[in-house]
Amino acid sequence: MALFPGPFDPLLRLQEALDAFRTSNWLDAGPSAAGSYPPCNVFHTGDNYVVITEVPGVKKANLGVQVKGRTVRLSGTKSVEYAEKASVHRRERLAGQFDRAITLPFEIDPQGVKAECRDGILALFLPRAEADKPRSITVT
Amino acid sequence: MATKEERTVPGRYYTPVTDIYETDNGLMIVMEMPGVTKERVSIDLQSDVLRIEGQIDFSQYKGMEPVYTEYNIGHYVRTFSLPSKIDREKIAAQLEDGVLTLTLPKVLEAQPRRISIS
Repeated sequence: MALFPGPFDPLLRLQEALDAFRTSNWLDAGPSAAGSYPPCNVFHTGDNYVVITEVPGVKKANLGVQVKGRTVRLSGTKSVEYAEKASVHRRERLAGQFDRAITLPFEIDPQGVKAECRDGILALFLPRAEADKPRSITVT
Repeated sequence: MATKEERTVPGRYYTPVTDIYETDNGLMIVMEMPGVTKERVSIDLQSDVLRIEGQIDFSQYKGMEPVYTEYNIGHYVRTFSLPSKIDREKIAAQLEDGVLTLTLPKVLEAQPRRISIS
């Protein structure tokens, strides 16, 4: 590094950062998600939304779903248990409490919400409230 | 782990998060494969390499338009090389709530024994 930084130093650093990104293994096989837990995907079918979450190893009794207004809250506890006197070789699974809220762009009909949990996937079916749907007015 | 192989099934493959722990009787491998049903798991053992593959049923996502995504949906695959002290005949697997538990018992000679003094 020179005493006075030249104009090409930031470019060189950018080049190095790009190279590091390219040579890293981010395109190779890896886990399917990283970030907030549990990872959520949001889909829409017509007027309604479906929130799909990966909650492997979480019992149905330990899952809580609350709906109010535009927000759906998902909370629960995930426990990872080992046998007694076990020596752990590799530990990648996460355990603990989670609590997150997702705000939708419309009011949810709380009576029509359905939650299904199967094979470690939780699906929340969130219908749009009738009062929130746009009304078409016939022109006379 | 890093071997490249050609896939015959469309869709991306991901590495399932895995815990491995050892007890006196054997090794336990616990893998998270959310969305995989029992019929769609294949566990193959070939020349000391245990290969576990889980397939996702994409047809459930038909007609749904993604709005916001945080995780990718794909199949799962992971391979493990087994030590010689595992009893290959007695490997058992169990799938519950998207968690696959493999029990790999040790051969009797490898299990701890206490020798009493006569």
